[in-house]
Amino acid sequence: MKVLIPSALRSYTGQNNEVEADGATLADVLSDLDRRYSGIRFRIITEQDTIRPHIRIFINEDQASNLTAPLRPGDQIHIICALSGG
Amino acid sequence: MPDRHRASAKPTTTTLPSATGPVALLVGTRKGAFIVRGDRSRRTWKLSAPMFLGHIAHHLVLDPRDGRTLLMAASTGHLGPTVFRSTDFGKTWKEAQTPPAFPKVPEGQKGLVVDHVFWLAPGHAGEPNVWYAGTSPQGLFRSEDGGVTWESVKGFNEHPLRQEWTGGEQDGTPDGPKMHSILIDPRNAKHLYIGMSSGGVFESTDRGATWVPLNKGCLALFRPDPYPEYGHDPHCVRLHPLKPDRLYQQNHCGIYRMERAEGKWVRIGDNMPKQIGDIGFPIVLHPRDPDTVWVFPMDGTEVWPRVSPEGKPAAYVTHNAGKSWTRQDKGFPKSQAWWTVKRQAMTADAHKPVGLYFGTTAGEIWGSRTEGQQWGCLVRHVPEIYSLEAVELSR
Repeated sequence: MKVLIPSALRSYTGQNNEVEADGATLADVLSDLDRRYSGIRFRIITEQDTIRPHIRIFINEDQASNLTAPLRPGDQIHIICALSGG
Repeated sequence: MPDRHRASAKPTTTTLPSATGPVALLVGTRKGAFIVRGDRSRRTWKLSAPMFLGHIAHHLVLDPRDGRTLLMAASTGHLGPTVFRSTDFGKTWKEAQTPPAFPKVPEGQKGLVVDHVFWLAPGHAGEPNVWYAGTSPQGLFRSEDGGVTWESVKGFNEHPLRQEWTGGEQDGTPDGPKMHSILIDPRNAKHLYIGMSSGGVFESTDRGATWVPLNKGCLALFRPDPYPEYGHDPHCVRLHPLKPDRLYQQNHCGIYRMERAEGKWVRIGDNMPKQIGDIGFPIVLHPRDPDTVWVFPMDGTEVWPRVSPEGKPAAYVTHNAGKSWTRQDKGFPKSQAWWTVKRQAMTADAHKPVGLYFGTTAGEIWGSRTEGQQWGCLVRHVPEIYSLEAVELSR
């Protein structure tokens, strides 16, 4: 399925803003994403498998609160980085 | 990378010769890393282009055992922490395969999460490729492959008293509680010290499997018991390579020295001028004289401005292990200079006379070719400086 990548993570995806990854749950997709783009998962998911504080992950239009969310073929994952800072 | 830009290894021996090659400064800032290269006379300095612009570079450290491998502790405001590694002195970089991370806890429990890697320390000279990392919150990690993969040091991170030693998040510094000052005894790779803000100084004689607090004699004014067993706030701890049983620390509550056999910290900051006090972040040792030490005092009164006292920057040096201190401010602004120098942002080279360097949170690097007798500004207009390390380049 399609995964949209924010600019801060595109150094992992060869500057692609849209990549493919597979899985039946969000956790599976992120693991597959990490297999394809080594290191990307830990930048957005903690060692306790929680989504990092300034990261949001949307499945289609719905925000995921954890990694157990089931996925269906054709779903779109959108990873978003906060814009705050200085 | 031409060979002349590769740094030479500095072996830890009982006789440390003076350095003679050009010096480079490794600069970690809130917005990326830089390398500042000096000429052989240390009179002219050239700032590199930024590396990892926009990333928070907490610490950039050279492996003294091979003279070319750099490790950088990095994070960004939004992404998780990591470690980057270069084997060609910063020309190219690769990310660690498994950055420092606490063990995953069972479902339903609250586990620790590394916010950022704060401190990097090359291991013992006899253990090539071993590195240690200290994190925020306080955690200790070890790599045996030059920083490619990192393992949790269970003896500390999973110690049943870890939480009690370190306190809660409210006990740490505003930008997160930290493990820092990872020191390895040059005579014994199993003998380690760590400093924690908060937590205090701890010692291990079995490569991190077990730990004991080492804070006797050190004040912790912010605790109900001002001389507790642990819970102190060392800002920076140093071990002298030629006299490894002597430790110095710049603490939240003063400047201290310990002769390890005595096992008690002595407040040598009591000998500082009273109007200056003995509060600061960094402490720097002379590479060949265990009695010579520099500090950079800051205002620790009332709400702790953490800037140069009265806006008049100065380093202070002792040549007698803290019995007396001398002000060194020639070349600094005489007034209205409200500088902050963080704990990793002051360093020395190994030349004769020793070169001293520090970076400010306002993005300036100042240096002295005369062991602090005369200072000059080397670099301006870089981002907020978090760390500074001086290394010798090969000739």
